[in-house]
Amino acid sequence: MVSPKVRGKPVALDGDRAVAEAIRQMSPDVVAAYPITPQTEIVMRFSEFVANGEVDTEFIPVESEHAAMSACIGASAAGGRAQTATAGAGLAFMWEVLWVASGTRLPIVMHVVNRSLSAPLNIHCDHSDSMGARDAGWIQLYDETVQEAYDNAIQALRIAEHPDVMLPTLHAMDGFILGHGLERLELLPDDAVREFVGVYKPEHSLLDVDHPVTYGPMELTDYFFEHKRQQAAAMERALEIIPQIGEEYGMLTGRYYGLMEGYRLEDAEFATVALGSTAGTIKTVVDELRDQGVKAGLLKLRCFRPFPATTVAEALGDKKAIAVLDRSLSFGAQCGPLFLEVITALFTHGFSPKVLNYAYGLGGRDIVPAQIHQVYKDLIDIDREGLAGPSLRYLGLRE
Amino acid sequence: MTLKTWREILAGGLITDAGNTEEYETGSWRSHRSIIDMDKCTHCMICWVYCPDGSIMVSDGKVIGIDLAHCKGCGICVHECPRKAISRVEEALAKEGVQ
Repeated sequence: MVSPKVRGKPVALDGDRAVAEAIRQMSPDVVAAYPITPQTEIVMRFSEFVANGEVDTEFIPVESEHAAMSACIGASAAGGRAQTATAGAGLAFMWEVLWVASGTRLPIVMHVVNRSLSAPLNIHCDHSDSMGARDAGWIQLYDETVQEAYDNAIQALRIAEHPDVMLPTLHAMDGFILGHGLERLELLPDDAVREFVGVYKPEHSLLDVDHPVTYGPMELTDYFFEHKRQQAAAMERALEIIPQIGEEYGMLTGRYYGLMEGYRLEDAEFATVALGSTAGTIKTVVDELRDQGVKAGLLKLRCFRPFPATTVAEALGDKKAIAVLDRSLSFGAQCGPLFLEVITALFTHGFSPKVLNYAYGLGGRDIVPAQIHQVYKDLIDIDREGLAGPSLRYLGLRE
Repeated sequence: MTLKTWREILAGGLITDAGNTEEYETGSWRSHRSIIDMDKCTHCMICWVYCPDGSIMVSDGKVIGIDLAHCKGCGICVHECPRKAISRVEEALAKEGVQ
């Protein structure tokens, strides 16, 4: 590992403000956004940057999230860099146009601050919103810390615009826990971000009048399927590109990013898999268990879409027992969406360890170290005695 | 038209060839066919102006017929013709008449 090229400036910011800084530094051509808790601070802070002339972005205060994404689609098709931010119901309201963005292969960047979906009305964190968008053709990264929210925001742009990818990209941070949680992080100098994101030169654009192009035509039974296959191929290529950009970002900052992060995972016998800020809580518990002689480890997944099946299977295949923590419920399904992916990856790579799935943290319910300890205890139990009871369990729920 | 594979086409369904609608034949969509009575037609070009698919064929400033490879049979020309020179018949019957 080489020493980083630039020195970051240590600051204390919450996730929303850190992302607002990242957007300012990336200086997109267009930001179209509608405020919604707990994302509001991103839009509020960024609109201040615009009003103060600190950034020359065209800021469009739209009437809804459907309009926000639609405006981003228009701006991106016109050849500009377009970004938005949303949460919960706002992301759900974008659902239709999320597919237009990905199907038209527009490298829009979206900052998601995870919030549960009504009803009952709840503003707190779970992953129902971004998991609801998991099939919409967007690359999905998850942030563990405010620093990662900032870093992923910047890398998302490079991933989205990579010529081998050209897919809209979102990164998701846990609402309130990261969005409103004050943490120490390092901000890059403005010019370092400017240089890292470079200048966007789209191959096609609506404003290139010398090379006219039609965006968004109708396609029926003859070509629609072929274009969907292209999107699947772009996702496969993104599995190569995301770690390359993570490496380049690491050379710049000293913070390297891959598709996943293993924490004391290599020699672990008992492993958990999680997304987002919960990974931080799990790391603490892993350290405590290691002190007690338990070979505990964590697989923190950074990249959920595309799902790095081979990487995950190889990291987990030799474990005695694995618990996958899902911060969303797929009602009527056998398991949560993360478990589904992990188990499919293991099975298709020839591994069949003992597995448990936990639904946790819905509507912002706290996840605390004692609960994680219980998860590892359950893993040790099923390793010794075999699986008894349902494989989907509820963590932190009053029974 | 030979259909291309997913490896051969532009991403995102973009179209870079101007005027390529002509290559896409939509005549089979038609349930009704417009027929021009050339004895009544004054070549005023109202139908040509209104036709949403450019399917009114014109030569030397005169209407000469309808491009059946592209006409979807919407009937706008029938409605707009000030001389009531265009009538509308069921495609199946028109086909029988033709054969």
